[in-house]
Amino acid sequence: MNDKWKNAIWAILKYGSLIIGSLIVVFPMWIALINSLKSNQAFNNTGILQVPKHLDWSNYITAWNAGGLGSAFLNTAFIIILSVAGNIILGTMVAYVLGRFQFRLKKIIMAGYLVVMFIPTITTQVAIFGVIHTLGLFDTPYALVLLYLGTDVVQIYIYMQFINRIPVSLDESAMLDGASYFRIYRSIIFPLMLPASATVTILKVIAIYGDLYSPYLYMPSTNLGVVSTALLRFEGPFSAQWNLILAASIIIAIPMVLLYLFLQRFIFAGIVNGSVKE
Amino acid sequence: MLSYNTQKKLLIFSFLAIPLALLITFSFYPAVKLIYYSFTSWDGLSNNYPWVGLSNYKSIFTNPGLFGAFGHNFSYLVCGIIQNIIALYFAIILNSKIKAKNFFRSVLFTPYILNAVAIVFIFKFIYLDTGALNLLLQHMGLGSLQQDWIGNDSIVNWSLAFVSMWEYFGFNMVIYLAALQSVPQEMYEAAKIDGANKWKTLIYITIPNIKGIIQINLLLTISGALEAFNIPFIMTNASPPTATFLTNTMNVAFTFGNYGLASAMAVVLLVLVGVVIFIQQKLLGGGRDVV
Repeated sequence: MNDKWKNAIWAILKYGSLIIGSLIVVFPMWIALINSLKSNQAFNNTGILQVPKHLDWSNYITAWNAGGLGSAFLNTAFIIILSVAGNIILGTMVAYVLGRFQFRLKKIIMAGYLVVMFIPTITTQVAIFGVIHTLGLFDTPYALVLLYLGTDVVQIYIYMQFINRIPVSLDESAMLDGASYFRIYRSIIFPLMLPASATVTILKVIAIYGDLYSPYLYMPSTNLGVVSTALLRFEGPFSAQWNLILAASIIIAIPMVLLYLFLQRFIFAGIVNGSVKE
Repeated sequence: MLSYNTQKKLLIFSFLAIPLALLITFSFYPAVKLIYYSFTSWDGLSNNYPWVGLSNYKSIFTNPGLFGAFGHNFSYLVCGIIQNIIALYFAIILNSKIKAKNFFRSVLFTPYILNAVAIVFIFKFIYLDTGALNLLLQHMGLGSLQQDWIGNDSIVNWSLAFVSMWEYFGFNMVIYLAALQSVPQEMYEAAKIDGANKWKTLIYITIPNIKGIIQINLLLTISGALEAFNIPFIMTNASPPTATFLTNTMNVAFTFGNYGLASAMAVVLLVLVGVVIFIQQKLLGGGRDVV
Protein backbone atom coordinates (compact mmCIF):
# COMPACT_ATOMS: atom_id res chain seq x y z
CA MET A 1 0.00 0.00 0.00
CA ASN A 2 1.48 3.36 -0.91
CA ASP A 3 1.50 6.47 1.24
CA LYS A 4 -1.33 8.14 -0.62
CA TRP A 5 -3.75 5.33 0.23
CA LYS A 6 -2.52 5.18 3.81
CA ASN A 7 -3.12 8.88 4.30
CA ALA A 8 -6.59 8.65 2.79
CA ILE A 9 -7.60 5.78 5.10
CA TRP A 10 -6.14 7.57 8.12
CA ALA A 11 -8.10 10.71 7.19
CA ILE A 12 -11.37 8.78 6.84
CA LEU A 13 -10.75 7.12 10.20
CA LYS A 14 -9.94 10.45 11.87
CA TYR A 15 -12.83 12.49 10.56
CA GLY A 16 -15.21 9.53 10.69
CA SER A 17 -14.63 8.91 14.38
CA LEU A 18 -14.79 12.63 15.19
CA ILE A 19 -18.14 12.90 13.41
CA ILE A 20 -19.53 9.78 15.08
CA GLY A 21 -18.32 11.02 18.49
CA SER A 22 -19.91 14.42 17.91
CA LEU A 23 -23.19 12.81 16.82
CA ILE A 24 -23.30 10.72 20.00
CA VAL A 25 -22.72 13.90 22.01
CA VAL A 26 -25.31 15.95 20.13
CA PHE A 27 -28.05 13.30 19.74
CA PRO A 28 -29.42 13.42 23.34
CA MET A 29 -29.38 17.23 23.34
CA TRP A 30 -31.14 17.36 19.97
CA ILE A 31 -33.84 14.90 21.11
CA ALA A 32 -34.39 16.96 24.27
CA LEU A 33 -34.64 20.18 22.27
CA ILE A 34 -37.15 19.01 19.66
CA ASN A 35 -39.41 17.30 22.18
CA SER A 36 -39.39 20.26 24.55
CA LEU A 37 -40.86 22.35 21.72
CA LYS A 38 -43.93 20.14 21.22
CA SER A 39 -47.34 20.94 22.67
CA ASN A 40 -48.95 18.12 24.67
CA GLN A 41 -50.98 17.10 21.66
CA ALA A 42 -48.03 17.18 19.28
CA PHE A 43 -45.94 15.28 21.80
CA ASN A 44 -48.50 12.48 21.91
CA ASN A 45 -49.07 12.36 18.17
CA THR A 46 -45.62 12.77 16.62
CA GLY A 47 -42.69 10.41 16.79
CA ILE A 48 -39.95 11.16 19.30
CA LEU A 49 -37.37 11.53 16.53
CA GLN A 50 -39.57 13.92 14.51
CA VAL A 51 -39.15 17.68 14.51
CA PRO A 52 -42.41 19.45 15.51
CA LYS A 53 -44.28 21.28 12.74
CA HIS A 54 -44.97 24.26 14.98
CA LEU A 55 -42.54 25.38 17.63
CA ASP A 56 -44.51 25.58 20.86
CA TRP A 57 -42.82 27.57 23.62
CA SER A 58 -45.54 27.06 26.22
CA ASN A 59 -43.60 24.29 28.01
CA TYR A 60 -40.84 26.77 28.71
CA ILE A 61 -43.26 29.26 30.23
CA THR A 62 -45.03 26.60 32.30
CA ALA A 63 -41.74 25.09 33.49
CA TRP A 64 -40.40 28.52 34.45
CA ASN A 65 -43.48 29.41 36.49
CA ALA A 66 -44.45 26.06 37.98
CA GLY A 67 -40.88 25.08 38.83
CA GLY A 68 -39.99 28.37 40.49
CA LEU A 69 -36.97 28.59 38.21
CA GLY A 70 -36.74 32.37 38.58
CA SER A 71 -35.99 32.19 42.29
CA ALA A 72 -33.79 29.12 41.74
CA PHE A 73 -31.59 31.17 39.39
CA LEU A 74 -31.43 34.04 41.88
CA ASN A 75 -30.47 31.70 44.73
CA THR A 76 -27.85 30.01 42.59
CA ALA A 77 -26.41 33.34 41.44
CA PHE A 78 -26.22 34.61 45.02
CA ILE A 79 -24.33 31.52 46.16
CA ILE A 80 -22.03 31.51 43.14
CA ILE A 81 -21.10 35.20 43.40
CA LEU A 82 -20.30 35.06 47.12
CA SER A 83 -18.39 31.80 47.04
CA VAL A 84 -16.45 32.40 43.83
CA ALA A 85 -15.39 35.92 44.91
CA GLY A 86 -14.16 34.57 48.24
CA ASN A 87 -12.62 31.56 46.58
CA ILE A 88 -10.55 33.71 44.17
CA ILE A 89 -9.27 35.92 46.98
CA LEU A 90 -8.34 32.99 49.21
CA GLY A 91 -6.89 30.96 46.31
CA THR A 92 -4.60 33.76 45.14
CA MET A 93 -3.51 34.41 48.73
CA VAL A 94 -2.54 30.76 49.21
CA ALA A 95 -0.76 30.73 45.83
CA TYR A 96 1.16 33.93 46.72
CA VAL A 97 2.37 32.52 50.02
CA LEU A 98 3.22 29.06 48.64
CA GLY A 99 4.70 30.41 45.42
CA ARG A 100 6.87 33.22 46.78
CA PHE A 101 7.99 32.29 50.30
CA GLN A 102 10.03 29.52 51.85
CA PHE A 103 8.95 28.39 55.31
CA ARG A 104 8.58 25.32 57.46
CA LEU A 105 5.25 23.50 57.01
CA LYS A 106 5.08 24.52 53.34
CA LYS A 107 5.50 20.93 52.13
CA ILE A 108 3.03 19.66 54.71
CA ILE A 109 0.40 22.19 53.62
CA MET A 110 0.81 21.24 49.94
CA ALA A 111 0.59 17.54 50.84
CA GLY A 112 -2.52 18.30 52.90
CA TYR A 113 -4.32 19.77 49.91
CA LEU A 114 -3.24 16.81 47.77
CA VAL A 115 -4.49 14.19 50.25
CA VAL A 116 -7.86 15.91 50.51
CA MET A 117 -8.41 15.53 46.77
CA PHE A 118 -8.82 11.78 47.27
CA ILE A 119 -11.27 11.98 50.16
CA PRO A 120 -14.66 11.57 48.49
CA THR A 121 -16.58 14.63 49.65
CA ILE A 122 -19.92 12.86 49.72
CA THR A 123 -18.73 10.31 52.30
CA THR A 124 -17.68 12.94 54.82
CA GLN A 125 -21.08 14.68 54.62
CA VAL A 126 -22.17 12.62 57.63
CA ALA A 127 -19.62 14.48 59.74
CA ILE A 128 -19.80 17.83 57.89
CA PHE A 129 -23.52 17.83 58.59
CA GLY A 130 -22.69 18.08 62.29
CA VAL A 131 -20.32 21.01 61.71
CA ILE A 132 -22.95 22.93 59.72
CA HIS A 133 -25.53 22.31 62.45
CA THR A 134 -23.16 23.50 65.18
CA LEU A 135 -22.46 26.70 63.22
CA GLY A 136 -26.22 27.27 62.96
CA LEU A 137 -26.07 27.45 59.18
CA PHE A 138 -28.39 24.55 58.33
CA ASP A 139 -31.00 25.50 55.72
CA THR A 140 -29.31 28.78 54.83
CA PRO A 141 -27.40 29.59 51.63
CA TYR A 142 -24.34 30.41 53.77
CA ALA A 143 -23.85 26.70 54.49
CA LEU A 144 -23.13 26.20 50.79
CA VAL A 145 -21.04 29.36 50.49
CA LEU A 146 -18.82 28.10 53.29
CA LEU A 147 -18.48 24.67 51.71
CA TYR A 148 -17.57 26.11 48.31
CA LEU A 149 -15.25 28.81 49.67
CA GLY A 150 -12.21 26.64 50.33
CA THR A 151 -9.55 26.31 47.70
CA ASP A 152 -8.50 22.91 46.33
CA VAL A 153 -5.44 21.32 44.83
CA VAL A 154 -6.49 21.84 41.20
CA GLN A 155 -6.88 25.59 41.73
CA ILE A 156 -3.65 25.85 43.67
CA TYR A 157 -1.97 23.97 40.85
CA ILE A 158 -3.30 26.30 38.15
CA TYR A 159 -2.32 29.35 40.20
CA MET A 160 1.15 28.03 41.08
CA GLN A 161 1.93 27.37 37.41
CA PHE A 162 0.90 30.91 36.69
CA ILE A 163 2.69 32.68 39.55
CA ASN A 164 5.94 30.88 38.73
CA ARG A 165 5.96 32.68 35.41
CA ILE A 166 5.52 36.13 36.93
CA PRO A 167 9.13 37.38 37.22
CA VAL A 168 10.33 37.75 40.81
CA SER A 169 12.17 40.88 39.66
CA LEU A 170 8.79 42.65 39.63
CA ASP A 171 8.42 41.94 43.36
CA GLU A 172 12.00 43.04 43.98
CA SER A 173 11.70 46.36 42.22
CA ALA A 174 8.50 47.07 44.13
CA MET A 175 10.38 46.31 47.34
CA LEU A 176 13.08 48.82 46.35
CA ASP A 177 10.28 51.38 46.09
CA GLY A 178 9.29 50.43 49.62
CA ALA A 179 6.16 48.43 48.87
CA SER A 180 5.00 46.04 51.58
CA TYR A 181 4.38 42.36 50.83
CA PHE A 182 0.66 42.98 51.09
CA ARG A 183 0.96 45.83 48.61
CA ILE A 184 2.88 43.54 46.23
CA TYR A 185 0.09 40.98 46.46
CA ARG A 186 -2.63 43.56 45.94
CA SER A 187 -1.06 45.66 43.20
CA ILE A 188 1.11 43.18 41.31
CA ILE A 189 0.32 39.53 41.95
CA PHE A 190 -3.48 39.66 42.14
CA PRO A 191 -3.97 41.73 38.95
CA LEU A 192 -1.42 39.71 36.98
CA MET A 193 -3.11 36.47 37.96
CA LEU A 194 -6.49 37.52 36.55
CA PRO A 195 -6.28 35.21 33.50
CA ALA A 196 -5.69 32.24 35.81
CA SER A 197 -8.53 33.49 38.00
CA ALA A 198 -10.79 33.45 34.93
CA THR A 199 -10.06 29.75 34.42
CA VAL A 200 -10.57 28.99 38.10
CA THR A 201 -13.83 30.96 38.08
CA ILE A 202 -15.28 29.05 35.14
CA LEU A 203 -14.34 25.63 36.52
CA LYS A 204 -15.74 26.60 39.93
CA VAL A 205 -18.96 27.97 38.45
CA ILE A 206 -19.49 24.75 36.46
CA ALA A 207 -18.89 22.69 39.62
CA ILE A 208 -21.22 24.74 41.85
CA TYR A 209 -23.92 24.99 39.20
CA GLY A 210 -23.90 21.23 38.68
CA ASP A 211 -23.71 20.27 42.36
CA LEU A 212 -26.83 18.51 43.53
CA TYR A 213 -25.98 16.82 46.76
CA SER A 214 -24.86 19.77 48.91
CA PRO A 215 -27.97 21.90 48.24
CA TYR A 216 -30.17 18.80 48.54
CA LEU A 217 -28.72 18.06 51.96
CA TYR A 218 -28.12 21.50 53.47
CA MET A 219 -30.95 23.61 52.02
CA PRO A 220 -34.08 21.44 52.01
CA SER A 221 -36.55 24.37 52.04
CA THR A 222 -38.33 24.78 48.72
CA ASN A 223 -37.90 28.56 48.63
CA LEU A 224 -34.13 28.11 48.90
CA GLY A 225 -33.98 25.81 45.88
CA VAL A 226 -31.02 26.19 43.52
CA VAL A 227 -31.16 25.14 39.87
CA SER A 228 -30.24 21.49 40.55
CA THR A 229 -32.76 20.93 43.32
CA ALA A 230 -35.49 22.91 41.51
CA LEU A 231 -35.03 20.68 38.48
CA LEU A 232 -35.01 17.54 40.60
CA ARG A 233 -38.40 18.53 42.03
CA PHE A 234 -39.97 18.20 38.57
CA GLU A 235 -39.77 14.45 38.88
CA GLY A 236 -42.71 13.88 41.22
CA PRO A 237 -45.54 16.16 40.09
CA PHE A 238 -44.67 16.23 36.38
CA SER A 239 -43.26 12.74 35.98
CA ALA A 240 -45.44 11.91 32.95
CA GLN A 241 -44.99 15.28 31.23
CA TRP A 242 -41.73 14.72 29.47
CA ASN A 243 -42.01 17.75 27.18
CA LEU A 244 -42.18 19.93 30.31
CA ILE A 245 -39.28 18.21 32.09
CA LEU A 246 -37.13 18.51 28.97
CA ALA A 247 -37.97 22.21 28.66
CA ALA A 248 -36.93 22.73 32.28
CA SER A 249 -33.70 20.78 31.67
CA ILE A 250 -32.87 22.99 28.70
CA ILE A 251 -33.62 26.20 30.60
CA ILE A 252 -31.19 25.02 33.29
CA ALA A 253 -28.55 24.13 30.68
CA ILE A 254 -28.65 27.46 28.80
CA PRO A 255 -26.62 29.71 31.15
CA MET A 256 -23.66 27.30 31.20
CA VAL A 257 -23.80 26.88 27.42
CA LEU A 258 -23.65 30.67 27.00
CA LEU A 259 -20.82 30.97 29.53
CA TYR A 260 -19.00 28.22 27.68
CA LEU A 261 -19.50 29.77 24.24
CA PHE A 262 -18.10 33.12 25.29
CA LEU A 263 -15.38 32.08 27.74
CA GLN A 264 -14.17 28.71 26.48
CA ARG A 265 -10.77 30.06 25.50
CA PHE A 266 -10.12 30.64 29.21
CA ILE A 267 -11.00 27.03 30.05
CA PHE A 268 -8.75 25.53 27.43
CA ALA A 269 -5.90 28.05 27.81
CA GLY A 270 -5.95 27.69 31.59
CA ILE A 271 -5.86 23.91 31.49
CA VAL A 272 -3.07 23.92 28.91
CA ASN A 273 -0.96 26.38 30.92
CA GLY A 274 -1.60 24.48 34.10
CA SER A 275 -0.79 21.16 32.53
CA VAL A 276 2.14 18.88 33.07
CA LYS A 277 5.61 19.71 32.00
CA GLU A 278 7.50 16.57 32.90
CA MET B 1 7.15 50.21 58.22
CA LEU B 2 7.75 46.72 59.59
CA SER B 3 10.87 44.90 58.51
CA TYR B 4 10.38 42.46 55.63
CA ASN B 5 11.17 39.58 57.96
CA THR B 6 8.35 40.47 60.38
CA GLN B 7 6.07 41.21 57.44
CA LYS B 8 6.79 37.81 55.99
CA LYS B 9 5.76 36.01 59.18
CA LEU B 10 2.66 38.16 59.53
CA LEU B 11 1.66 37.70 55.92
CA ILE B 12 2.15 33.92 55.89
CA PHE B 13 0.06 33.63 59.03
CA SER B 14 -2.75 35.95 57.98
CA PHE B 15 -2.99 34.71 54.38
CA LEU B 16 -3.09 31.06 55.36
CA ALA B 17 -5.28 31.31 58.47
CA ILE B 18 -8.70 31.24 56.77
CA PRO B 19 -7.86 28.76 53.97
CA LEU B 20 -6.30 26.33 56.43
CA ALA B 21 -9.19 26.75 58.87
CA LEU B 22 -11.57 25.81 56.05
CA LEU B 23 -9.40 22.88 55.01
CA ILE B 24 -9.29 21.52 58.54
CA THR B 25 -12.96 22.18 59.39
CA PHE B 26 -14.48 20.73 56.24
CA SER B 27 -11.97 18.06 55.22
CA PHE B 28 -9.68 16.77 57.96
CA TYR B 29 -11.90 17.16 61.00
CA PRO B 30 -14.86 15.36 59.32
CA ALA B 31 -12.54 12.56 58.19
CA VAL B 32 -11.30 12.05 61.76
CA LYS B 33 -14.83 12.31 63.16
CA LEU B 34 -15.95 9.72 60.66
CA ILE B 35 -13.44 7.20 62.03
CA TYR B 36 -14.70 7.86 65.56
CA TYR B 37 -18.40 7.56 64.59
CA SER B 38 -17.66 4.28 62.82
CA PHE B 39 -17.04 2.59 66.19
CA THR B 40 -20.35 3.84 67.64
CA SER B 41 -24.04 3.34 66.96
CA TRP B 42 -24.75 7.10 66.87
CA ASP B 43 -28.22 7.92 65.48
CA GLY B 44 -27.22 11.32 64.10
CA LEU B 45 -29.28 13.34 66.56
CA SER B 46 -28.65 12.44 70.18
CA ASN B 47 -25.66 13.33 72.27
CA ASN B 48 -24.83 9.70 73.06
CA TYR B 49 -22.29 7.91 71.05
CA PRO B 50 -22.63 4.29 72.29
CA TRP B 51 -19.36 2.48 71.65
CA VAL B 52 -19.91 -0.73 69.65
CA GLY B 53 -16.36 -1.66 68.70
CA LEU B 54 -15.96 -3.35 65.35
CA SER B 55 -19.55 -4.50 64.95
CA ASN B 56 -20.34 -1.91 62.22
CA TYR B 57 -17.43 -3.19 60.17
CA LYS B 58 -18.61 -6.76 60.71
CA SER B 59 -22.06 -5.92 59.34
CA ILE B 60 -20.58 -4.37 56.20
CA PHE B 61 -18.73 -7.54 55.29
CA THR B 62 -21.43 -9.99 56.39
CA ASN B 63 -24.46 -8.20 54.94
CA PRO B 64 -24.33 -8.89 51.19
CA GLY B 65 -26.73 -6.01 50.50
CA LEU B 66 -24.08 -3.55 51.70
CA PHE B 67 -20.73 -4.73 50.39
CA GLY B 68 -22.34 -6.46 47.39
CA ALA B 69 -23.32 -3.07 46.00
CA PHE B 70 -19.73 -2.80 44.77
CA GLY B 71 -20.83 -5.24 42.06
CA HIS B 72 -22.87 -2.37 40.61
CA ASN B 73 -19.84 -0.11 40.75
CA PHE B 74 -18.09 -2.55 38.44
CA SER B 75 -19.88 -1.27 35.32
CA TYR B 76 -18.77 2.27 36.18
CA LEU B 77 -15.21 1.03 36.43
CA VAL B 78 -15.27 -0.71 33.03
CA CYS B 79 -16.94 2.29 31.37
CA GLY B 80 -14.45 4.59 33.10
CA ILE B 81 -11.52 2.74 31.57
CA ILE B 82 -13.16 2.77 28.12
CA GLN B 83 -13.84 6.47 28.66
CA ASN B 84 -10.11 7.10 29.15
CA ILE B 85 -9.18 5.14 26.04
CA ILE B 86 -11.71 7.08 23.94
CA ALA B 87 -10.57 10.37 25.46
CA LEU B 88 -6.93 9.63 24.71
CA TYR B 89 -7.81 8.54 21.17
CA PHE B 90 -9.67 11.77 20.43
CA ALA B 91 -6.95 13.84 22.08
CA ILE B 92 -4.33 12.27 19.80
CA ILE B 93 -6.49 12.92 16.73
CA LEU B 94 -7.15 16.51 17.75
CA ASN B 95 -3.45 17.03 18.37
CA SER B 96 -2.63 16.06 14.77
CA LYS B 97 -3.04 18.25 11.70
CA ILE B 98 -6.77 18.42 11.28
CA LYS B 99 -9.47 20.78 10.05
CA ALA B 100 -12.15 22.22 12.36
CA LYS B 101 -10.05 21.19 15.38
CA ASN B 102 -11.59 23.79 17.71
CA PHE B 103 -15.10 22.95 16.58
CA PHE B 104 -14.73 19.24 17.39
CA ARG B 105 -12.98 19.97 20.69
CA SER B 106 -15.78 22.32 21.74
CA VAL B 107 -18.53 19.87 20.80
CA LEU B 108 -16.93 16.90 22.53
CA PHE B 109 -16.34 18.91 25.73
CA THR B 110 -19.93 20.22 25.91
CA PRO B 111 -21.47 17.43 28.06
CA TYR B 112 -19.07 18.30 30.90
CA ILE B 113 -20.56 21.79 31.31
CA LEU B 114 -24.21 20.68 31.40
CA ASN B 115 -26.05 20.40 34.69
CA ALA B 116 -25.90 16.82 36.00
CA VAL B 117 -29.62 16.65 36.80
CA ALA B 118 -30.52 17.88 33.30
CA ILE B 119 -28.25 15.26 31.72
CA VAL B 120 -29.79 12.42 33.72
CA PHE B 121 -33.35 13.54 32.91
CA ILE B 122 -32.55 13.69 29.21
CA PHE B 123 -31.07 10.19 29.25
CA LYS B 124 -33.98 8.86 31.27
CA PHE B 125 -36.23 10.08 28.45
CA ILE B 126 -34.02 8.56 25.78
CA TYR B 127 -33.86 5.21 27.58
CA LEU B 128 -37.66 4.87 27.84
CA ASP B 129 -39.13 1.66 26.48
CA THR B 130 -40.66 3.59 23.59
CA GLY B 131 -37.87 6.16 23.71
CA ALA B 132 -35.49 7.70 21.22
CA LEU B 133 -32.75 5.10 21.54
CA ASN B 134 -35.02 2.12 20.76
CA LEU B 135 -36.68 4.04 17.92
CA LEU B 136 -33.31 4.95 16.46
CA LEU B 137 -32.18 1.32 16.60
CA GLN B 138 -35.36 0.30 14.82
CA HIS B 139 -34.84 2.92 12.08
CA MET B 140 -31.28 1.73 11.61
CA GLY B 141 -32.49 -1.84 11.11
CA LEU B 142 -31.03 -2.90 14.45
CA GLY B 143 -34.41 -3.62 16.03
CA SER B 144 -33.07 -6.81 17.61
CA LEU B 145 -30.85 -4.70 19.86
CA GLN B 146 -33.80 -2.89 21.44
CA GLN B 147 -33.81 -3.16 25.23
CA ASP B 148 -35.64 -2.02 28.29
CA TRP B 149 -32.57 0.02 29.19
CA ILE B 150 -33.69 0.96 32.70
CA GLY B 151 -36.18 -1.80 33.53
CA ASN B 152 -33.90 -4.74 32.78
CA ASP B 153 -31.88 -5.37 35.93
CA SER B 154 -29.00 -7.03 34.12
CA ILE B 155 -28.22 -4.05 31.89
CA VAL B 156 -29.44 -1.05 33.86
CA ASN B 157 -26.04 -0.39 35.47
CA TRP B 158 -24.39 -0.34 32.07
CA SER B 159 -27.01 2.15 30.83
CA LEU B 160 -26.25 4.35 33.85
CA ALA B 161 -22.48 4.00 33.52
CA PHE B 162 -22.74 5.04 29.87
CA VAL B 163 -24.27 8.36 31.00
CA SER B 164 -21.24 8.93 33.20
CA MET B 165 -18.95 8.15 30.26
CA TRP B 166 -20.89 10.55 28.02
CA GLU B 167 -20.68 13.29 30.63
CA TYR B 168 -16.99 13.09 31.51
CA PHE B 169 -14.95 11.82 28.54
CA GLY B 170 -14.64 15.36 27.12
CA PHE B 171 -12.99 16.53 30.31
CA ASN B 172 -10.42 13.70 30.22
CA MET B 173 -9.86 14.49 26.56
CA VAL B 174 -9.02 18.14 27.24
CA ILE B 175 -6.57 17.14 29.97
CA TYR B 176 -4.88 14.64 27.63
CA LEU B 177 -4.81 17.23 24.87
CA ALA B 178 -3.09 19.69 27.19
CA ALA B 179 -0.50 17.07 28.11
CA LEU B 180 0.10 16.18 24.45
CA GLN B 181 0.71 19.81 23.59
CA SER B 182 3.48 19.94 26.16
CA VAL B 183 5.46 17.10 24.53
CA PRO B 184 8.54 18.80 22.99
CA GLN B 185 8.13 19.11 19.22
CA GLU B 186 11.82 18.30 18.62
CA MET B 187 11.26 14.73 19.77
CA TYR B 188 8.75 14.17 16.97
CA GLU B 189 11.10 15.72 14.43
CA ALA B 190 13.96 13.52 15.58
CA ALA B 191 11.72 10.43 15.31
CA LYS B 192 10.71 11.44 11.80
CA ILE B 193 14.36 11.73 10.75
CA ASP B 194 14.98 8.25 12.17
CA GLY B 195 12.13 7.00 9.96
CA ALA B 196 9.67 6.07 12.72
CA ASN B 197 6.09 5.60 11.53
CA LYS B 198 3.01 7.03 13.24
CA TRP B 199 2.38 3.91 15.35
CA LYS B 200 5.97 3.72 16.60
CA THR B 201 5.96 7.44 17.38
CA LEU B 202 2.84 6.93 19.45
CA ILE B 203 4.22 3.97 21.42
CA TYR B 204 7.77 5.23 21.96
CA ILE B 205 7.35 8.99 22.23
CA THR B 206 3.79 10.12 22.89
CA ILE B 207 2.66 7.59 25.50
CA PRO B 208 5.86 7.65 27.63
CA ASN B 209 5.77 11.46 27.65
CA ILE B 210 2.25 11.65 29.01
CA LYS B 211 2.46 8.59 31.30
CA GLY B 212 2.04 10.71 34.41
CA ILE B 213 -1.18 12.31 33.25
CA ILE B 214 -2.59 8.95 32.11
CA GLN B 215 -2.02 7.68 35.63
CA ILE B 216 -3.69 10.66 37.26
CA ASN B 217 -6.68 10.35 34.94
CA LEU B 218 -6.97 6.60 35.62
CA LEU B 219 -6.68 7.19 39.35
CA LEU B 220 -9.49 9.74 39.26
CA THR B 221 -11.53 7.36 37.08
CA ILE B 222 -11.12 4.40 39.43
CA SER B 223 -11.88 6.41 42.56
CA GLY B 224 -14.77 8.03 40.65
CA ALA B 225 -16.16 4.56 39.85
CA LEU B 226 -15.91 3.46 43.48
CA GLU B 227 -17.71 6.66 44.43
CA ALA B 228 -20.46 6.55 41.74
CA PHE B 229 -23.44 8.35 43.21
CA ASN B 230 -25.17 11.11 41.22
CA ILE B 231 -26.48 9.12 38.27
CA PRO B 232 -28.21 6.25 40.13
CA PHE B 233 -29.44 8.73 42.76
CA ILE B 234 -31.22 10.88 40.15
CA MET B 235 -32.11 8.33 37.47
CA THR B 236 -33.54 5.45 39.51
CA ASN B 237 -33.63 6.90 43.00
CA ALA B 238 -30.86 4.36 43.74
CA SER B 239 -33.30 1.43 43.56
CA PRO B 240 -31.82 -1.89 44.79
CA PRO B 241 -30.64 -3.13 41.35
CA THR B 242 -28.77 0.15 40.80
CA ALA B 243 -27.66 1.02 44.33
CA THR B 244 -23.93 1.69 44.53
CA PHE B 245 -21.86 1.48 47.69
CA LEU B 246 -22.08 5.23 48.16
CA THR B 247 -25.84 5.55 47.58
CA ASN B 248 -26.22 2.78 50.17
CA THR B 249 -24.00 4.68 52.58
CA MET B 250 -26.04 7.87 52.29
CA ASN B 251 -29.25 5.89 52.56
CA VAL B 252 -28.09 4.16 55.75
CA ALA B 253 -27.24 7.56 57.25
CA PHE B 254 -29.94 9.92 56.14
CA THR B 255 -32.89 7.56 55.63
CA PHE B 256 -32.31 4.99 58.36
CA GLY B 257 -30.46 7.27 60.79
CA ASN B 258 -27.74 4.70 61.34
CA TYR B 259 -24.82 7.14 61.26
CA GLY B 260 -22.41 4.73 62.93
CA LEU B 261 -22.78 2.10 60.22
CA ALA B 262 -22.74 4.75 57.47
CA SER B 263 -19.50 6.17 58.87
CA ALA B 264 -17.93 2.71 58.88
CA MET B 265 -18.97 2.31 55.23
CA ALA B 266 -17.43 5.68 54.39
CA VAL B 267 -14.20 4.63 56.10
CA VAL B 268 -14.15 1.38 54.11
CA LEU B 269 -14.53 3.43 50.93
CA LEU B 270 -11.71 5.78 51.95
CA VAL B 271 -9.45 2.82 52.67
CA LEU B 272 -10.29 1.25 49.30
CA VAL B 273 -9.43 4.49 47.48
CA GLY B 274 -6.18 4.59 49.46
CA VAL B 275 -5.40 0.99 48.46
CA VAL B 276 -6.02 1.80 44.79
CA ILE B 277 -3.62 4.75 44.98
CA PHE B 278 -1.02 2.61 46.75
CA ILE B 279 -1.24 -0.24 44.22
CA GLN B 280 -1.04 2.16 41.33
CA GLN B 281 2.06 3.82 42.78
CA LYS B 282 3.72 0.45 43.39
CA LEU B 283 2.79 -1.07 40.03
CA LEU B 284 3.43 1.86 37.76
CA GLY B 285 5.66 4.05 39.88
CA GLY B 286 6.21 7.75 39.25
CA GLY B 287 3.37 10.12 38.55
CA ARG B 288 3.88 11.82 41.88
CA ASP B 289 5.60 14.82 40.36
CA VAL B 290 2.59 15.59 38.23
CA VAL B 291 0.39 17.27 40.78
